[in-house]
Amino acid sequence: MAYSDKVLDHYENPRNVGSFQAEDSDVGTGMVGAPACGDVMKLQIKVNEAGVIEDAKFKTYGCGSAIASSSLVTEMLKGKTLDQAMDIKNTHIAEELALPPVKIHCSVLAEDAIRAAITDYRSKNLMEAEGYNACKSAA
Amino acid sequence: MTHLPIYLDYSATTPVDPRVAEKMIPYLTEIYGNPASRSHAYGWDAEKAVDTAREQVATLVNCDPKEIVWTSGATESNNLAIKGAARFYAANGKHMITIKTEHKAVLDTFRELEREGFTATYLSPLENGLIDIDALKAAIQPDTVLISVMLVNNEIGVIQDIASIGNLCREKGIIFHVDAAQATGKVDIDLEKLPVDLMSFSAHKTYGPKGIGALYVSRKPRVRLEAQMHGGGHERGFRSGTLAVHQIVGMGEAFHIAKTEMASENARIKALRDRLWAGMADMEEAYLNGDLQQRVPHNLNISFNYVEGESLMMAVKGIAVSSGSACTSSSLEPSYVLRAIGREDELAHSSIRFSIGRYTTEADVDYAIKLIKDKVGQLRELSPLWDMFKAGIDIASVQWAHGSESHRDPEKIAA
Repeated sequence: MAYSDKVLDHYENPRNVGSFQAEDSDVGTGMVGAPACGDVMKLQIKVNEAGVIEDAKFKTYGCGSAIASSSLVTEMLKGKTLDQAMDIKNTHIAEELALPPVKIHCSVLAEDAIRAAITDYRSKNLMEAEGYNACKSAA
Repeated sequence: MTHLPIYLDYSATTPVDPRVAEKMIPYLTEIYGNPASRSHAYGWDAEKAVDTAREQVATLVNCDPKEIVWTSGATESNNLAIKGAARFYAANGKHMITIKTEHKAVLDTFRELEREGFTATYLSPLENGLIDIDALKAAIQPDTVLISVMLVNNEIGVIQDIASIGNLCREKGIIFHVDAAQATGKVDIDLEKLPVDLMSFSAHKTYGPKGIGALYVSRKPRVRLEAQMHGGGHERGFRSGTLAVHQIVGMGEAFHIAKTEMASENARIKALRDRLWAGMADMEEAYLNGDLQQRVPHNLNISFNYVEGESLMMAVKGIAVSSGSACTSSSLEPSYVLRAIGREDELAHSSIRFSIGRYTTEADVDYAIKLIKDKVGQLRELSPLWDMFKAGIDIASVQWAHGSESHRDPEKIAA
């Protein structure tokens, strides 16, 4: 399969790989996907008192497109408010990386990861989860 | 200077040995006669070349040259053997047996016969990839007419006990077919002793050209087949079509070289394979697929846990290998061979088949070891599953947020 240059760039030089302490109250963690499906994304955001995402990190088990999607997302998230971050759609990710149709699910998973991380942060900080729950949505 | 990527996929195909290519060329431009032309020297010369090649192929597997039928390759040989025998002997019974780890050329041929009204049993192999003889015995029915078992598996390289299976077949009067495409030049084949009725061969797995193969059809006891290709009655009516003389000459020469060199070549290749395995066996969570002893020296198939198969293939671009994962064909299906020996999806996805051959060097092997170690390490640094494994979390016990494949459903994505 031919990957776009952007996918290859993110795959070969992934940005913001790593982890924050999941217990910290300023950290939101989203883990989506399943090993049996071939991809698992862990996305973490660090949110400051103004409600702006200061930093983001990821770890991903998955194909090149899944790794690239999560790497790209960490870059997109920095500096955004939680509400702005909720507006990131899988189509933005897929377009930016020029994902082929068979890899669109990677961008969907990345969008899910953003929402799961924000939901985790909000529930930790007793904010309204705005109806999104990664576990429920899988049911 | 080594050419990149380094070729470690000899089980997929082999380069034509230059000595073979050299023998073939005159049969394209100079000795171009049709071996079926009985009326002039062009035909006689071509026929002579075909006879020589037939003898060379027969010599490698110790059978009578009259028992060799030329085909276009092992896929055609498997089709001719299985469909030909099943249909010819259909009055004796319509049940057939094979193993789940066979090549698709056998499995799909079985499926086709099932559509025609035959019934089939697909046996599960043992965890080491070998056939369970007791399970085979138990699967035999009064109307079993054909059993097909490959000699060497293409993915995991294990060698089946053909002699025992063959004896069982003889005892029960069942036709026994063996796909030996991956075996020639790797294991000794003595058809005078082996109780085998039909055996498929391919040239291009043994340094011969693509597009040519052969089927051994036993004369003692005599096995009959219904032809699949009709026409001029070539190959004693088993397979019509003008013989591809240059290809046949190539296959003959390739098998002749295999006969004379296989002992020393296999010793050298086994040393390389052992070096490759020694270089990776100490890696954490690396699993060998298939039995190590009952195996051709050319093959090593390893699963690297907590690394996803497709990204692994992307990472090891410096070597040309095969993956147990068919992700790239968008089917997201892990190898059915690895599934059949009991490997779970994740391990089946993250497997690599290394196959070593005539032109592999120690430097190639060392390069592959270093590349695999580096890249598997890097991907594990990226893997949340590796973190969880290291933290002592049982990944099988985790409730995944997306246990379903909902995010892969195109309709839901579009919505």
